[in-house]
Amino acid sequence: MHMLKMKDRDVVSIGDFTLEEIEGIMDHAKKMVPIAKGEKKSKALDGKILSTLFFEPSTRTRLSFESAMLRLGGEFIGFAEPSVTSAKKGETLADTIRMAEAYSDVIVLRHPREGAARLAAKFSSKPVINAGDGAGQHPTQTLLDLFTIKTEKGKIGGMNINLVGDLKYGRTVHSLAHALAMFGAELTFTAPKDLQMPEHVINRVKELGVRPKMEESLENSIEDADVVYVTRIQKERFADLAEFEKVSGAYRIDMDMLEKAREDMIIMHPLPRVNEIAPEVDSTPHAKYFVQAFNGVPVRMALLSLVLGVRK
Amino acid sequence: MREFRVQPIRNGTVIDHIDSGKALKVIKIMGIDENVTSVVSVIMHVPSSKKEYKDIVKVEDRELNPKELEKIALLAPNATINIIRDYDVVKKTKVKPPERVAGIVRCANPNCITNAKTSMDTTEPVEPEFVVESTKPLKLRCIYCDRELENPEENLI
Repeated sequence: MHMLKMKDRDVVSIGDFTLEEIEGIMDHAKKMVPIAKGEKKSKALDGKILSTLFFEPSTRTRLSFESAMLRLGGEFIGFAEPSVTSAKKGETLADTIRMAEAYSDVIVLRHPREGAARLAAKFSSKPVINAGDGAGQHPTQTLLDLFTIKTEKGKIGGMNINLVGDLKYGRTVHSLAHALAMFGAELTFTAPKDLQMPEHVINRVKELGVRPKMEESLENSIEDADVVYVTRIQKERFADLAEFEKVSGAYRIDMDMLEKAREDMIIMHPLPRVNEIAPEVDSTPHAKYFVQAFNGVPVRMALLSLVLGVRK
Repeated sequence: MREFRVQPIRNGTVIDHIDSGKALKVIKIMGIDENVTSVVSVIMHVPSSKKEYKDIVKVEDRELNPKELEKIALLAPNATINIIRDYDVVKKTKVKPPERVAGIVRCANPNCITNAKTSMDTTEPVEPEFVVESTKPLKLRCIYCDRELENPEENLI
């Protein structure tokens, strides 16, 4: 593997990493898969302690970090909701972080405010991994999405990747679009007009040499896709319930919709899903969202071991 | 013949080449309000050789501190600062817009961690900090929440 300088690095935003570094993390994650599945045992992080500080609940992210740490022989401490913490008593995040820094070797932080992870990284000499900060960044989600495309399709560059649903407010799709453009993927943004990708994301993608196709109809855009990445359209975004039902129906993936898709097209979703994907789709070879959720474990194992400077 | 719109000052500061219309904001930055105790002259929309129009501010018996200088540099990136002592210009400098600014502008994103208050009303022990992405037009990006600040002038501390 090429020289990856990851020891003691914070993982706050995907934008902090070069293409080579992201590829290096994915290579490392690939080696973690058998350990993540429990087929191989590892004591690589024996004696290391992870703090999982979740100021906002997130079952999947927290459990996959904890599983990642345990699979590598490490241990974790932490909390799953802020009501049990001293933040309730008025403690600043900066102070909570300095406490966690003293008790552990690496910190994973989920916080409802944008910029929380950057602030935490400033106060901690131990590496901080951002597990989502408000409507801001969620870099480990982006990494596991990239890893899923890479492992399922063999490559990212040149793939036609169709991002579908709420592209305006969806936290993960902005940094994902940016990262995909770095890899030279072809992008299609399929969304209702009012929920289309924000201008600043489109501009950034164009600066990277990608000309995204904008679509309103999933029926039209699904044909060319190698990857369909579905996000949830939230009811709260609509003033009118009838309008919401019409829109969410038009973006739902069911067996009829799949008839137009390529045979080897894969469907991804950051989960939890509600109605965006019909349950009968789960048993088709297109469905990769549960594999994607599993991939959170090897990717987070790779990050934990890299920032802790352990490469076994 | 040069026409004097305002008399020269004996001691103090002359801020010249302020972008036309920005003089009142410069006055505000300097904390000059109804409790003013020295002579302040504000000249606005003066024909200028450099740019089409400019504003000038003259304040007697007062020099600028570094924070005020930084703020003026952001607001009026073409400004020159003349320190006057005994009617002579003893120092003339062009403001230099900084690459990063801390503690002079607050983030407009209400959900930014720098605007967070705990249940006991305490705040995080950091100053809001921005990368200056461009000065004309002024573009600041919060180093914490990564948002571009839409109206830096309205968010001066």
